[in-house]
Formats: sequence, C-alpha cells, structure tokens
Amino acid sequence: MRISNGYGPRPASGGFEAFSWYFIRVSGIALIFLVIIHLLVMHVTTDVACTTFQFVASRYANPLWRLFDWLLLTLALLHGMNSLRIVIDDYVPSRTWRIRIVSLLAILTLVFFMLGTITIIAFQNVPASLLGPHCVQFH
Amino acid sequence: MWAWLLHRVTGIGILLFLLIHIVDVSLLGFGPAVYNDGIRLFDFWIARLLSLALIAAVLFHAFNGIRIMLIDFLSKGAHYQKVMFYIVLALAVVCFVPTAFIVLKPVFVAFFHGFVTAHTK
Repeated sequence: MRISNGYGPRPASGGFEAFSWYFIRVSGIALIFLVIIHLLVMHVTTDVACTTFQFVASRYANPLWRLFDWLLLTLALLHGMNSLRIVIDDYVPSRTWRIRIVSLLAILTLVFFMLGTITIIAFQNVPASLLGPHCVQFH
Repeated sequence: MWAWLLHRVTGIGILLFLLIHIVDVSLLGFGPAVYNDGIRLFDFWIARLLSLALIAAVLFHAFNGIRIMLIDFLSKGAHYQKVMFYIVLALAVVCFVPTAFIVLKPVFVAFFHGFVTAHTK
C-alpha cells in the first residue's frame, strides 16, 4: 500500500489514488452546497429546538428531501473516511498497521452508511405525533 | 502550514460529529417521544455553543476547500495561496457572526427574560 497525499499534487500513478484525489475534490464541491443548505435549514431558518420528529415528518413528505439527506450522508461519509485514510497514511509508518486501521475504517464506513440509509428509508410518520408541540424548549 | 493544520483538524472534528450525528438521528426509528427527548439536548446553551464550534469548523473547511482546489487547478493558484488564506478566514468570520447571533438568540432571550422577571417582582 503506497503512502498517499491527498493535500498535495495529484498522484501521478493514476489508478485508485488519482481517482480518490478527484473524488475528494468533486464530493467537496457538492458538499459545500449540501452542508450549507443543511445548516441553514436546521439552525437558521428553523431553530434547532424545533427540528423535532414532526419537523422531519413534514420535510420527508417530499421524497426529494430524503434524496438530499441520503446524498449528504453518502458523500460526507465517503469524503470524510477517504480523507481520514490519507491522514492515517501520514502518521502510521507500519504497513501492517495501516492495513489493519484502514480495514477497520472500511468496516465502520459500511456500518454507518447502512445505519444512516436505513434511518432515511425506514422513516414513517406517526399521525398522532402531529398533535404535540412542534418545538421542544427547556427555558 | 496553518491552513493545512486547520483543514485537517476541522475535517477530523466534523467527521467525528458526523458519526455521532448518524447515530443520534437513528433515534427517529424509535418514534416521536424518544426522538424529541433527544432533540431537547440541542436546546441547552452548551449544546448551542458546541453547534457553533461545528458551524465555524464547517465554514472554514468549506472555504479552505475552495482555496485548495484553486491552488490545484489554476496555474496562478499557488502564487496567491497566502492572500487566499486571509480571504478564507475573512469569509468564514463574516458568515459565522450572523449565524452565531441567530443560533444563540434563544439563549439571550431566556437570559434577559429571567433577568427582567427577577428585577420586576
């Protein structure tokens, strides 16, 4: 396993490292829009104390929001985990340990991807929940 | 070097939050009572401050990511890397200040409400 460098110049060897170099940048451009819209929706246009189950239900009435959230989940997870792999290449000199840690990262990525995807796909509105208050507040 | 270090540290921080966030959002599967109990935690002032740290990290990481791509893809990019770093910092601060005000507004409102009721009795 070669030591990659995602921050520096594009890997000249081509193959997976060059693909990964492009993927970090392309997913990064998409994530700028996805993450900033997500933050505006969850913290600016709606107070975070109002992002309740009911709020999710009203948003998920439109299936495009599920697609939006799933893209955000997938791209953020792959962008982050692939970048973490490069950070590990920088700090773990032992080839054996790099392979062990990166394998663990791959398994974690799959587990978190599945958990997030199941949450988005399986969400179902509970009709009675719409009766309660829309914002939870402690003050 | 500072841009490189900040990009790495904010990236790892955001990734750690993402993993926690995937787990806390999965509480949706347990129904409204459980999920809304979880959302309650985000209303605490300390949680709001932590959200602001996350928002600051995201803003820096996003703007510096654009800077990295400009360095990679423009022939003059590396030449302007330092001035672009200052632009990144300025943009992050400009976007952060109004967001911080909006996120902390309920805390201010609660604080002054408590202050006024304590002094008008």
